[in-house]
Parts: sequence; C-alpha cells; structure tokens
Amino acid sequence: MQQVFKRPQSLKDVQTHFCPGCHHGTIHRLVADAMDLHGVQERTIGVASVGCSVFLYGYFDIDVVEAPHGRAPAVATGVKRAKPDNFVFTYQGDGDLAAIGTAEIIHAANRGEDITVIFVNNTTYGMTGGQMAPTTLVGQKTSTSPYGRDKSKDGSPIRMAELMAQLGGVAYSARVAVDSPKHVLEAKKVIREAFGYQVQGRGFSFVEVLSACPTNWGMNPLKANARVGEEMIPYFQLGVFKKEEA
Amino acid sequence: MILTEQPRVRFERAAELSVHLAQQDSLEGQLSKRLFVKGNEAAAMGAVAAGCRYYFGYPITPQSDIPEYLSRELPKLKGEFIQAESEIGAINMLLGASATGVRAMTSSSSPGISLKQEGISYMAGAELPGVIINISRSGPGLGGIDASQSDYFQAVKGGGHGGYHIPVLAPNSVQEMYDLTLHAFDLADLYRTPVMLLGDSVVGQMKEALVPNPRPVRELPEKEWAVRGKGSAGQRVVKSLFLGDGELEAHNWRLHAKYQVMKEKECISEEFETADAKLIVTGFGSVSRIAQTAVAMAREEGLKVGLFRPVTLFPFPEKALAEAAGHAGRVLVIELNTGQMVEDVRLSVGARAQVSFYGRPPGAGSLPSPEEILDVIRKNYDQAPQ
Repeated sequence: MQQVFKRPQSLKDVQTHFCPGCHHGTIHRLVADAMDLHGVQERTIGVASVGCSVFLYGYFDIDVVEAPHGRAPAVATGVKRAKPDNFVFTYQGDGDLAAIGTAEIIHAANRGEDITVIFVNNTTYGMTGGQMAPTTLVGQKTSTSPYGRDKSKDGSPIRMAELMAQLGGVAYSARVAVDSPKHVLEAKKVIREAFGYQVQGRGFSFVEVLSACPTNWGMNPLKANARVGEEMIPYFQLGVFKKEEA
Repeated sequence: MILTEQPRVRFERAAELSVHLAQQDSLEGQLSKRLFVKGNEAAAMGAVAAGCRYYFGYPITPQSDIPEYLSRELPKLKGEFIQAESEIGAINMLLGASATGVRAMTSSSSPGISLKQEGISYMAGAELPGVIINISRSGPGLGGIDASQSDYFQAVKGGGHGGYHIPVLAPNSVQEMYDLTLHAFDLADLYRTPVMLLGDSVVGQMKEALVPNPRPVRELPEKEWAVRGKGSAGQRVVKSLFLGDGELEAHNWRLHAKYQVMKEKECISEEFETADAKLIVTGFGSVSRIAQTAVAMAREEGLKVGLFRPVTLFPFPEKALAEAAGHAGRVLVIELNTGQMVEDVRLSVGARAQVSFYGRPPGAGSLPSPEEILDVIRKNYDQAPQ
C-alpha cells in the first residue's frame, strides 16, 4: 500500500503543548515540510523567539538558538553572517516581531540578510495571557484593551507583510492563513517558495501567517478558526506582496 | 618623570599567563615591531590577532576608532563587519555569531553598554563566549564623554538581570589594550562567558608605543555546544530558558561554581613599590597611571608608598590585595567616581588595614593631576599606622 501522508522528517514525534485549536501546530508542520522539500534539515539553524513559539526546539529536529524578545532577526543575522552555508530562519509572534522587535526586523530586512522569517500573527500576546498586540484589530477586546482597541489612542493594527514589501533588501514577502484546507495548501506553497529564495541565495524572505488563539480570544476552536476568515482576512489581506524575479 | 623601576606583575595561580609576553621579547625585537597607535586601535588589532573575524557595533564616542578600524580590516580577512541598527541589535548579532562557535565581538561606551545588558544577560545565561569592549564615559544619563569609572558596579556586579558575573579586565596602557583583548578572547572560550574590557577615553584615545605580539593561545576546549546544523551529530540548542523542575536552580549553582573557579585561577594584579610600603594606593585603569606617577613622586620625598592595581576587576584580586594591605596597614582607594571599587577593597582587606577613599566623579576638568594625588597621599601617609 502506498503511504500518502506522514510526519515530516524535520518534525519530532512528540505532542505539542499548544492549546486546542491553536494554529502553531499546523504552521510548524508546514515549516518542517518546506525544510524537507529543500533538503536543508541537517544544515538548518532555527532562531526561536519569546512567546508560545519559544519551544520550537522541542518540536523541530534541528539546531536552535534562543533569542531575547524581539531580537531574533539580529541573532539570525549573526548566525548567517558567521555561517553563510547554513539555512537560517526565525519564527516570531506579533508582539515579538511587530512591537518590541520592530527595529531588528526592519533593519535585518533592509540589509537583505539571507534569512527567512516566519511571522505568526494572532492579534494578541498569547503566552502572557492575551494582551493587546500591535496587530490587534480596532475594537478588539483584550486583557489590556478591555473597552476594545481605540484607534485614536492605540493606533491601527500594523500590516507587516505590506511594510516588508517596501524595503529594498526584501526579496519575498507574503501573507497566508491556515484556517481552511485551501488556505493551508496555499500557505504550504508560499512557505516552500520563501525557503527557496534563501536556498538560492536570493535574499530576505518573509511570510506572515494568520493564526487563531482560541484561549486568549475566549472562543472555542471552531469559532476562533472562523474569526480568521471573518475578521482578520478582510483587514490582513492574503497574497504575495513582493516577489523578486531571478 | 621617568620611572626607574618596572611594576611587578602578579598572576595568582595563573603564572602560565603571558599577558606581558611582549616584555619578554628582546629589546631589539621590540623596537623593530613597535607601532605608535591609539588604545582603541590597539584593542581592535588585538581582536584581529586573536582570530576574531566578526564585529557588530554602533557608533558612539569615545570608542568609534574600534569599528572604524575593523570596518577597514575585517573585509580584507574575509570577515564580517556590521554597523547595526542599535546597540541591542549589535549585541544580539554577537549572540548569534558566537552561538555558531566563531570568535566575535562588539564595542561601545556606557549608554550603549546599558542597552547591551539584555543581550549580555542572555549570553551569560546561555554560556556564550564573546568580547565586549566598553570605553566608558561619564553619566548618569547622557552625562559627558570624559574619562570615567562610574560603570564599575555595572561591569563587575552583573549589569543585566539574573544574578550573573562576567570577567572584567581593566587595561591602563595601549599595550594592555592589545594584550588584554587577546586574553579576553581566551577567557571567553575557556569559561564560555562574555568578557568585558573596561577602559575609558584616556586608555582608548591616547597614543603610546605598542608591540603587537600575538602570543600562543591557551589550550582551549572544543566548542561541542555550538550550533552548526545538526548534521548527523544530533540536535544542539543554545538557550537560557530552563523550566524543568530544579533545572534553573542547578544551572545557577553551576554558573556560581564557574565564578569560584575564576576567582581561584584568573585574578591578575600589578604591584609597584609595595614591599616596604606603609601606605598602599590602589586604583584601576586610567587613574592608576596618574597614581603611579604620584607614588613615584612620594617615594622621592622618602614616603614609603606603593601602588596595587587590580587588572581583573572580576574576579577581584582579593587575596593579593589583602596580603599587600596587611603589610602596609593603610589603603588609599582612588577612583573616577564617588566610590565603587572601594567596596570590594573593604571586603578584601577586612580588618587588616584602614581603608580611605579619594574620588573624582567624572566631568570636564575633573581628572586629578599627579600633584593632587600626591597631596592626598601625604595626608593619608600621616594617618597610616607607623
């Protein structure tokens, strides 16, 4: 009998600590799939950030460096400059990348560091208990925006994939979601493509992945999954915003 | 003033260290190789001689000669120089490069070093080597750019969060800016720790003769822990997060044990005219140069005064100082601040000797002259137990 579905080799055979309905598991799987496709597992150095994704060394069977909050793109810069033959990616959440780590992501991207950034946007700080993030939608209630995000005081949610596309050093920037089988397949293709840019030494690649956080959104997994399509995608539109041709 | 007697360098249980190997070279050999450079350039040359090929930094006075020199030299050596977006970016690039096992460094000055403390704490926690040169300046806040020793506490007591220490080396000459940079890279690899070279604008900006004499490195352990891509060797993780039951406590005790080994093996100090001294003057870095001139002047007046200079500030040369102070009976601490190292002097000396302090907080015009220090020496000498 032909085996048509199996765990990617780059993923460990363990249970994750993620909450029911959280999209990190799906995204981990897609990242592992892309590493397998390009055959880079053995020369990959992943950079973990601070947040729910810090434990990625427990799930990916690769070498990992843990970065301080927001600093993963700077850490990855040091890794890649020292070891240009290694495959280097960061995996960061929205508070990490789009708030405390804004300087690091903008400048690593602008220098055109030959790394890939996986940016998981769930519109909240997950690990610390659901506070307002730079990507929290206007009106969205969180533990630190109990009356809803107020545009006049808190600003508007940052669209990172579009912002990245403006920078000269960025070769590839896209936004995907994993809330439906169709979107998962598209996300798989995009992450594979982004990794391909680094494998070919074509510069900085960036993939924003919209993700559900049922626990901190106060929703059950099905409702949280539905919110991605109903509320997030209309504001954070899916698509490839920059794709430098060879 | 020409000093006739050379200071005696003392290595506590680390006699194999050849920080002053340049002095062992023949005079002819020294003269043929002698350069006339700034302290900052000497440190950058020392880094290159140590095999460092990766530098990450951000402009700040009075240390910018270091990135300027390395931005010119590292590309010729197939190295990497990055002017980072911030001090925070730079220290984290150092963290990343160091995690792969290469020798790498950053440099800055006090306000920038404050920004780097987050990364230094993470490196100390993850046990990553790396060299940080701090050509410190005056504060608090924006302060000024004058020679300053206000950051002694920040450097030696663990400047970031989490209760760690890093070795801190305090050069007082251009030659030592070079020699101690080489030594810093060895210590970093040997103990898997960030190491700080703590200077100021006096040692960074002044020009002196330098004999660039790269010495053989100490025998260093293989970097089995470095990330290289797992290959067939299995996964390696560089991290400072320990959540398992008892893990973090054990980790902290292990770090503590490492600091005890440093205290046992890595203290360096220098003594000048201490053997028969009734009064020991002590200070580190730039101020020790001025103090040494003042001590020589006091000797000419017939006062039995000696100089004890800690070269390592962490580990602090407690035993050597206690011994010298015990013979003398009185210690005068001189610092360019309102009193920081004096606390470690008091702890080291205990009841063996009286301790007094002369401080000049940094700022334009506050650097003491040898005559001013001589005056303080005379007053203290009269009070020393006879």
